[in-house]
Formats: sequence, C-alpha cells, structure tokens
Amino acid sequence: MKILTCPVNGPRPIQEFLFGGELRELPGTADVTDEEWADHVFHRQGQPGVKVEWWYHLSSGTWFLAERDTATDLVNRTYLYGQEGERG
Amino acid sequence: MPYRLLKFGLRSKHPEGRMMRSLSRLRSDYDVVIIGGGGHGLAAAYYLARDHGIHNVAVLEKGYIGGGGTGRNTAIIRSNYLTNEGARFYHASTELFEGLSSELEFNLFYTRRGHFTLAHSPASMNTQRWRAEVNKTLGIDSEMVGPQFIKQQVPELDLRCGGHQAPIHGALFHPPGAIARHDAVAWAYARGADRQGVEIHQQTEVTGIEVRDDEVIGVHTDRGYIQTRKLLSAVAGWTPSITSMVGIRTPLVVHPLQAMVSEPLKPWLNPIIVSASMHVYVSQSTRGELVAGGSLDPYELTSMRSTLGFAESLSTDLLDLFPCLSQIKIMRQWAGLCDMTPDFSPIMGTTPIKGFYLDAGWGTWGFKATPISGKTMAATVAHDRPDPLIESFRLDRFRDFQLVGEKGAASVGH
Repeated sequence: MKILTCPVNGPRPIQEFLFGGELRELPGTADVTDEEWADHVFHRQGQPGVKVEWWYHLSSGTWFLAERDTATDLVNRTYLYGQEGERG
Repeated sequence: MPYRLLKFGLRSKHPEGRMMRSLSRLRSDYDVVIIGGGGHGLAAAYYLARDHGIHNVAVLEKGYIGGGGTGRNTAIIRSNYLTNEGARFYHASTELFEGLSSELEFNLFYTRRGHFTLAHSPASMNTQRWRAEVNKTLGIDSEMVGPQFIKQQVPELDLRCGGHQAPIHGALFHPPGAIARHDAVAWAYARGADRQGVEIHQQTEVTGIEVRDDEVIGVHTDRGYIQTRKLLSAVAGWTPSITSMVGIRTPLVVHPLQAMVSEPLKPWLNPIIVSASMHVYVSQSTRGELVAGGSLDPYELTSMRSTLGFAESLSTDLLDLFPCLSQIKIMRQWAGLCDMTPDFSPIMGTTPIKGFYLDAGWGTWGFKATPISGKTMAATVAHDRPDPLIESFRLDRFRDFQLVGEKGAASVGH
C-alpha cells in the first residue's frame, strides 16, 4: 500500500488523499493581461521532475504541500503552507 | 505442417521480407523528421509519402515502434462523441480504419463489434440521448436502447449490477464500434512508410531541438545532429519534455491509465461494454482474452507502473457487471501514459515555432484517431497550415479560451 505523510496526522494510506495539482502563484489580478491570465489558468509544467503540489487529507480536511518526483513517485517531504522550513 | 515449418525455418533466405529495413546510419538532413514511432507518427510518415510525395522522412523512436500508448490502449474504435468537432474527426478515422487492412495489406484484426455505453441513472440517459442525437445529425450510427435489448444482446450482463451499483436504465448503442490489433496498426504503417522510402530509426532518442529566429533548423539525437526544417512531435505522454526543448507551454498533465487482460476464454462477449458511471470498459479480443480498462490514476505521474489497488477495484466493478467471471484469472496488467488536456480534445497543428508541429493531447482517445491524425498531420506538415478537420484542435485555443469540451471522452463521468 502506498503511504503519504500528512503533516498533521502522520503517515496514512494514499486512498485517504486527494491530489490538488501543482503549486502555482496567482498573478496580480488588477493588472494581469488576458494572455497572462490564460497562461495561468491553463498551462502546467507537464514534464516529469520534482514538483511542489497541493494534496488534501480527506478524513481530516487538511490541505498541505508535498514535494514529489513525478517520474519516480517518491515524496521528498510534506509540509503545511507557509511552513516550508519545518519538518513534515 | 511441422515439416514444412521446419524447412521454412531452416532456409537461409526467407521468402517473406522483414517488416522494414534495418538502417545503421542516420543521414545528416531530412525534409521532415518525426519524433515518436507510435501509430500516429508512423501514420503521418506513411501519408506524407503517399499523399504528398515527401519521401525524405525520418521517424525517430527512442524505444521500439508501437511500444508506448499504441501498444498499451484497449484498442477500441468508435466515433460516438459529443461535440461536432470531435464526432466528425473520429468518424473520419473509423471510415479509414474500415479499409485499412486491405490498403496496407496487413491483417489488423479489425472487427466491428457494436459498442454499448451503459447508463445507470436518468441523468446519464439524458447525456447518452444527447450524444445519440448529435451523432445522428452527423450521419453517425448511434441510438438509445432499453434494458430488454441489452439483455438480449448480452445475456451474461447483470442489469442490477449485483445491487452494489445503480441499475442499468438503458444504453447508447453504437453499431460501428470496433476493436483492432493495436500493435499491427503500428507495424502496418511502419512497413507501408518504409516501402515508400521513409527511414525508421529505433533506439534513437531526441535530446534537443535547434531553433533560430523562432524557426526549427535541426534536431539533436543520441546518434548525432540532423538538419531539418520540419519537425513533428507525436510522442503523447512525453510531449511536455519535447515542448520544453522549444520553450512552448502547454496545458498537458500526464497521468497513467491502467488496463488488464484475463486468461483466454471461448468467444462469448461480442460487443464492447462500457459503463460511464462505473468507469469500466471491457471487450473480448480475437484471441479470447477479456481486455478491460478503468479510469485514470488519480494523480499526475510519468511512470508506467501498475498498482494492486487498480486490479482490485476494476475486478470488483467487472464482477458487478458480469458475475459469471468470478473464477476467471487475470493474466497481466500494465499502464500507459495519458497526456490529458483540460477539455478532453487533442492538440494538433502548427505552433508559434515555425516548422514545429504538434500532435499531442491524446489522453485516453489516441488509438482510435491513429489513421485520421496521421492523415491530417501529414497535410498540416506538407502545407504548413492546419488541415480544416483539425483547425479547432489548435494549441492557440488555450490563449483565446476557445475550448472544445469533449464530454464523450472515455475519462469523463456522465
């Protein structure tokens, strides 16, 4: 069984989690052009590699970030948003 | 017979030629270079030579031909899609498939089976009816059928779904639905292209693309540099790695899609059975194996690993539909890569880089499009403008918000 570590609840089976896609910065909504907005809405980093992604622990309602290699499916670390420095 | 076979095997000169020439040397330039020796790339090479007289073409394949999505899908061919753009496109593909075995002089085991998309709710019945009506206006053979007709055609099917799922209310029936031997499609196009002078280089990986003033001038491979003005990328799940070489951003996200086959059985299941709400599709191959697939893996991954969870959940769903399969063994399981687009339509045509053409976004719907995508991409490359049939699948639609929402795709819930 594949295990993912929730920063709040510890190691849990992967079935308890939902994938939320890669972490993306919202462009400034006041001065964004249509093209920049379309780029933000649609485009992704599709090539395999280490990415920072949103994950959701369904049972406890916890959103957090995971640093995961999308070529090997190995998770380097997980942490709550804004707490990158702390251990997860 | 064994004596003849032995004689044939021991003969030093085989009367049957190899599928294609084995070429030891890459040339320094080609008119067109195609990245990816899957069905799409090989079909494009074939039609470039046949329809447009462009024979100085190289197909570069990093593994072996047909080893990616082409050999990993569940080999279903149908055209009962929901958008005009999609239905027209896939209908043209079905028509090409019908005559392909004789054209390529290769038995593709193409067999019309009929295709049922089961509806488990009134809402799903409405969607299927919508699909049937769109199909009819485009001259595609699709109709709604009731439970009685389904039971008559597939008596083994449990319309109550074992009481574990919502019962079957009816289905969208698509008589032209067919299956074919997917590897054979790649081999047949490869042989057809090779006979017209196209060079197919396996074990040749593209490592970089040379662009000057927004124009393709060449391509780097692990076997040396090639000059070319026209480069077609037909690599499905590996597309983002190729587009990043020329700095093009795409909406593609890669997920694995798994499938499995049972041990071979006597022929009993003629049509292709799909349950949209259970995310199951199953058909019986010409060899007797049940070929079954499910929904996409739930998170992004560029890896072709299999999971036990998938085999378990797909088996459970299959047993709800066909309780008679409880003693049947699963023979093997595998995964392929799906380059998913947000609107479930492909990305085809020209790009902001002159001479760089894209045939991508094949998600869960690539195999059935093999002949028509080859044909339309060949026309696009030859004339340097998108073929009319694929204009709405342009990459630019993700810049001006003109999406083609294809809710008839295999991975969409209904």
